[in-house]
Order: sequence, then structure tokens, then C-alpha cells
Amino acid sequence: MNIMSETAAEKVLEKKMNEISYKMIGEAVSVYYGDKRALYDVGLKVRENTVTALIGPSGCGKSTFLRTLNRMNDTIEGCRVTGRIVLDGDDIYDPSIDVVELRARVGMVFQKPNPFPKSIYENVSYGPRIHGLARTKADMDAVVETSLQRAGLWNEVKDRLHESGTGLSGGQQQRLCIARAVAVSPEVILMDEPCSALDPIATAKIEELIHELRANFTIVIVTHSMQQAARVSQRTAMFHLGNLVEENDTDKMFTNPDDQRTQDYIMGRFG
Amino acid sequence: MNSPHIASAYDEELKYLTRRISEMGGTAEQMVADSVRALVSTDAALAQKVISEDVILDEAERQINEKAIVTIARRQPVAADLREIMGAIRIAAELERVGDLGKNTAKRVFAVQSAGIPRALARGLEHLAELALMQLKEVLDVYATRSAEKAKAIRERDDEIDAIYTSLFRELLTYMMEDPRNITPCTHLLFCAKNIERIGDHATNIAETIYYMTTGSQPEGDRPKDDNTTSLVAGVADSTA
Repeated sequence: MNIMSETAAEKVLEKKMNEISYKMIGEAVSVYYGDKRALYDVGLKVRENTVTALIGPSGCGKSTFLRTLNRMNDTIEGCRVTGRIVLDGDDIYDPSIDVVELRARVGMVFQKPNPFPKSIYENVSYGPRIHGLARTKADMDAVVETSLQRAGLWNEVKDRLHESGTGLSGGQQQRLCIARAVAVSPEVILMDEPCSALDPIATAKIEELIHELRANFTIVIVTHSMQQAARVSQRTAMFHLGNLVEENDTDKMFTNPDDQRTQDYIMGRFG
Repeated sequence: MNSPHIASAYDEELKYLTRRISEMGGTAEQMVADSVRALVSTDAALAQKVISEDVILDEAERQINEKAIVTIARRQPVAADLREIMGAIRIAAELERVGDLGKNTAKRVFAVQSAGIPRALARGLEHLAELALMQLKEVLDVYATRSAEKAKAIRERDDEIDAIYTSLFRELLTYMMEDPRNITPCTHLLFCAKNIERIGDHATNIAETIYYMTTGSQPEGDRPKDDNTTSLVAGVADSTA
């Protein structure tokens, strides 16, 4: 009797551990730029502590979808989003949502490294300062060090924290931008082709970083490099002409995808 | 069928692999047929020809592997393309083994030459070889057409060969018990029968590989087996034959 209930309890626990938790959920998301429709009723669930790669040909809507996840589209004139996007149960397009706070929870790294024309230290400390995340100078020093360490940049810059961020190499600048995103302790990090301006070694470093960041953050990455999607992600979503064509385990996606369009695209065939 | 690649040279590389596999298949078939013909007619010259042909398959396998490795390195194939290339590597290895088995059968022609082969046994071996060759031929046809259905059907038919092999095994034991002087040639023939039976297994392996290449999943369920020789003993062979 006792043994039975213990086994039952274990089963419940196991089930709970195997249960997938979703950090962000998009339901019937459509995006219009003026009269032009860019996304058609996309439903995508982003798993927690998972790297999700968005792939697809140019103009397929993958970047558009990524930008809906922290309302970056708000800044584009004439852009309209319909449907629902939920972060931990809260609709992020609800009028009560503070967009600045949302973007602290859902950070972003762009294609081109874009450090502020300020010191390395200030690049990282800016976010925590405006969000009031560090009270004292010592607190701030700690935040800057941890963030740079998480971005794998600390050892390279610890002796020149007060030199300009723009003096770093492209790969270092991109890791500085990641440190800047990480500094405000976001829950989700969005990356829009973060390696397209970097050489293979800098790319490998960023990919290694993505792998490590996954333990603490949920990551969504848009990439044009199929190999990169295959290397860094656990889930892959394929977009085509504004539609979500297929979302699957990355292992499955690159060995035996379900959709013919995915198959043609990843194999480099005419679809 | 998949549409062509944007990079047409990629298609050429994959076609090269397909063509070389088909060539290997043709050579392997011919070698096996010749080796059995050489055996039952104790034709030493034909046996020698089979033995000398084995290097063709060895060389072809080496070239296929080399091309496959280079294609993987240069193209980073995924999905069906990756399965295609992995399949070519595997099938080339299977066909190379088939060639080895033909060569081994041919080598034994010299050992059984003086003793000769009883007509009934020769017929049994020929029948076994016919079935194995038919299976090999069909599986090579399936490689050309990529029919997952047919690949599965071939895999499910290997038990015919196993059954005939088992009955040959019993027959050979009987001959050996009748006259100890039969032991040497019959042991060689037993190896030959085993060689031919193994060819059926390789054809089945190829069928499974084709199934995987086409569908992306492994065929389900165990293969049917009717090879009972692992538990046969001489006395039993006599009473149940």
C-alpha cells in the first residue's frame, strides 16, 4: 500500500519534470505593415530554458514575429499586431503593460553590434541604472562583472572597463551587447541574426555563449544560417510567406522534417 | 521525388554516388552468380576470374566513401540529402561484403575440385543462390526506384533463404556421416552455403537502409528468421531431414 503510493508520487513527480513549460505563447499572431500583411495567424509556443531558432527565406516573417515578442514593432509607423502574445500568462499587448518593463524582461540583441559610444562599463551599467537594479557602486560593479562574465567577455576587458565599447572587435562588441542585455536580468533574450556580421571564430564564441545562457534564460534566435540553427537550438520553427510552416525538435527538423517546404528549404532545393 | 538543388553541382555529386552504387551492385551480382557456377561445375578458370574481380568492389567502395566524406564536408547535407549519403556509405559496405563472400566461395572451388559435388547438393546450392541473387537484384532495383513499400517486402522475405539453407545444412551433415571422406568437401560446401545465405542477409540490410533513406525512420519489427542451424545436431538432422 505504502509502496504503491510512493510509486504513484514518483510518477507524478516524473510527469511534472517531463512537463514542458512554455515561457511565451503566441496565438493567432498577425502583423500588418499598413495594408500589407506580413504574418498570418502564427501560433508558436516558446519553451522555457530552450533555444528556439526561427528559420525561413528572406521576407518570410521570422524577424517580424521575433519583434512582436517584445513589442519592437510598436516603433514602426503603420504597424499593427493582432492575436495574443503571452509572457508567463500575461498578455504583453494589454494596455496595462509597461513596455519599458516588458523589454527589460524580454531583451534583444541585434544583427549589427550596436554598443553605445560610451565606456564598456557604462554600456553594461546603463540598463541596471535606469531600472534601479543596483543601489551602490559596489552592487553595480558586481552586476557589470557578472554580466561580462556571463557574456564570456570579462577576461578580455577587465583591465580596460573604462575604454570605449566601440573600440572592441566586432565579436567582442556583440558579446558586449549580450552582456548589456543580460545585465537587467531578463527572462527571455531575443537575437536577430546575432552572428551575421561576425567571422567564424567570433561566431563560435557567441554560439558557445548561447549554449551556456540557455541554463538561465529562454532564447529565441533568428538566423539565416541553417547550420547555426542546427548547432545552437533545441527547437526550430520554419516560416514561409508569413506562415509558420513547421515547428519541431531541431534533431527531427534536420534529419526528417514533416513539411515538404521545410525539407526543400533546409536542403537548398527549389521549392 | 525531391526537386533539384539550387546548386546543381550538388545534384551531380549525389548522382555520382547513386551511379557508383548501381555499378557496384551489378559487379557484386555477377561475381556471386559466377562463383556459384564455378562451384557447381568446378570451373577453376571462372573461379580465378571471380577472385581477381574482388578488387573492383574494394576500389569502388573506397571511392564512394571518399566522395561521400568530401560532400559532407563541403555541403553539410541535412534531412533526405544526409540520409542519401549515409545510405550510400552503408550500401557500398554491404556490397563490398557480398563481393568478399563471392570471392570466398570461388576460392573453395579448388578444394572441392578433386572430390566433385553430388548432383543433388549442386542443385540445392544453385537454388539457394538463385533466391539470394533474386533478392539482391530486387533490392538493387528498389535502390533505383526508392520504393519504401518494396524495400519492406524484401526484408520480410529473407526466411525463404534461411529455410533452404537449413535443409542444405542437414543434407551436408548426412553426407558427412555416410562417409568420412566427404567431410572435407562437405565442410567447404557448408561454408559456401553459408556464404550464399549471408548474401541474403546483406540484401536485407540494404533493403532496411533504403527504407531509412526514403522514409527517415527505421523499419519496425524484427526480421523474420527461419535459420535453425544454430541448434541442429547430427542425430537430429538424420531423424528430421
